[in-house]
Amino acid sequence: MKYAFYPGCVSQGGAPELYPSAKLICDRLGIELDEIHAWTCCGAGVMQEKNQLFSDTLNARNLAKAEQQGLTIMTICSTCQGVIAQANRRLLADPDYLAEINGYLAEEGLEYKGTAEIKHLLWILIEDYGLDNLLPHVTRSLGGLRLAPFYGCYIVRPTEALGIEEHPERQTSLETLIEILGATAVDFEGKTKCCGFPILTINEKNSMAMVGNHTSEAKDLGADAMVTPCPLCHLNLDGFQPKAAKQANRSIDLPILHLPQLIGLAMGISPAELGLKKHIINTAPLELKLASSTSS
Amino acid sequence: MDVTVKIKRYDPESNNSGYVWQEYPIAIDENATVLDALIQIREDDDGTLSLRCSCRSAICGSCAMKINGQGGLACKTKASESMDKDGVILVEPAGNMDTVKDLVADFDMFWNKIREIEPYLQPEGVVPEGEYVVSNESMLHLSAVTACILCGACVSDCTVLEVDKTFLGPAALAKAYRFTADPRDGDEDGVSRDRLKVLGQPSGMWDCTRCNICVQVCPKGVAPMDRIMAMHDQAIEAGYGNNNGARHADAFIESVGHTGRLDELRLPVKTVGITNIPALLGFAPVGWRAMTHGKLPPLIHKSVEDVQIVRNLYRKLEQ
Repeated sequence: MKYAFYPGCVSQGGAPELYPSAKLICDRLGIELDEIHAWTCCGAGVMQEKNQLFSDTLNARNLAKAEQQGLTIMTICSTCQGVIAQANRRLLADPDYLAEINGYLAEEGLEYKGTAEIKHLLWILIEDYGLDNLLPHVTRSLGGLRLAPFYGCYIVRPTEALGIEEHPERQTSLETLIEILGATAVDFEGKTKCCGFPILTINEKNSMAMVGNHTSEAKDLGADAMVTPCPLCHLNLDGFQPKAAKQANRSIDLPILHLPQLIGLAMGISPAELGLKKHIINTAPLELKLASSTSS
Repeated sequence: MDVTVKIKRYDPESNNSGYVWQEYPIAIDENATVLDALIQIREDDDGTLSLRCSCRSAICGSCAMKINGQGGLACKTKASESMDKDGVILVEPAGNMDTVKDLVADFDMFWNKIREIEPYLQPEGVVPEGEYVVSNESMLHLSAVTACILCGACVSDCTVLEVDKTFLGPAALAKAYRFTADPRDGDEDGVSRDRLKVLGQPSGMWDCTRCNICVQVCPKGVAPMDRIMAMHDQAIEAGYGNNNGARHADAFIESVGHTGRLDELRLPVKTVGITNIPALLGFAPVGWRAMTHGKLPPLIHKSVEDVQIVRNLYRKLEQ
């Protein structure tokens, strides 16, 4: 089982614990990752608003490179997943547009034929790897833990670009994984809403209100932690949670896990190896509860 | 077909100040819409149920409400496709607005925001002797936006309005685009400078968080968020780029255009402005926390290996 790996900028930048933890669990699960050579930023929806042609050209380059590898692309970021899938949809919908972009790629001998498939690790684990194959690797039960899923906008909307109609199970994929690992999924209203990260430097008050609302709601429903497949959400929900708590005038202290960290914990990998020490919100209470539920 | 419609009910005249969930187990036709089911409940089971509807054909925009937590038209939503495994459909009034009674939302806020963007053509150039002549192409482009039936589904689910009621919101901003993109509006070149200036103020177009919810729930394919993004570009082109939103987009594309990847350390600095000392000081606690936890983005931002190709594309397509 091999994928063309697209890590995305944040997994090696603002959330440096994501890249090694994703590599680590894939290695242990026997999922081979062949990183796309010199991949470029997907644009995160920001570049698209300024220059869609340039951002779609860069994404077509990444897609063409993966096509040459003959592999399905694996993303580990909801935003990368959604943005690349939306670019791919535009390219496939308009042959003239694709031809125009291929004209730019031709200068370096690349051509995007339109056959690439883009899948987030979250979907790969369920659809390709299979929960039956994952379970033998689960050596530490997460029983007793209450975990709140937080998807990130781009992996749930717009549904047409994300294959949700063909794969309706993707809409509950985080809950499926949480439950199969033995933990209880905490259902809450905010799970598919916006984390506020895109407007952090534009309207910080609104951004912090979003962080505060979602983390407080999950905390008040008894969540021990939140799990997200999106490192951008993680940056806001974890990194800015202290500020959001201050604005909301309450304490929250809800640890936020990256998806590969959750899988890794269930596989018996140590919190230190998974980079939990790098989180802004202290994960010690979660680790303590995990240890006590494992020993009991 | 048996279905249980679970309705979030609210009666302002009741002693009970909050809302109550009420279940109606009914038998409906296989092809019934959620609106058919609600009308049947009102006619046969409970005449006190209030809802707003008219055309039943997704034209009038009266019956927007939340169905299973998501905004949409009850008349355009099939009941059979909305039931969960237990045959239950959850129905609530539209969100982000006050409720008058049961499923009837108070649209005052909605209409006030539409009025705020001055929804009529404001040509500033020389008035032609005959009619305004515009290209078929520009009108076809606008037809996707004028398809809006003002139902409020996008406003109901907007994640920004949820935290900030001053935000103009997706419906009003999409309506604004209907004019900023109209060649008859604004100056002789069709640039709606005054509008774009006003729409760029706080609570305007830059406050959209790009969550795609309005695109998802719109029953007419208006794609309000895409229109807001297009207005960002119009505003920058018109010279209204002196704000964090515009600088953020500029700094982002510049970083990727020059190095292939995003320079996360410098992006926020360039967004607020290098000379904006108070804002930069505001980053200090977050920066300190990130540094002490070993997660500050790299100080030296590396370029991708074949960066010259990226730079050539950037020069050709952006500059």
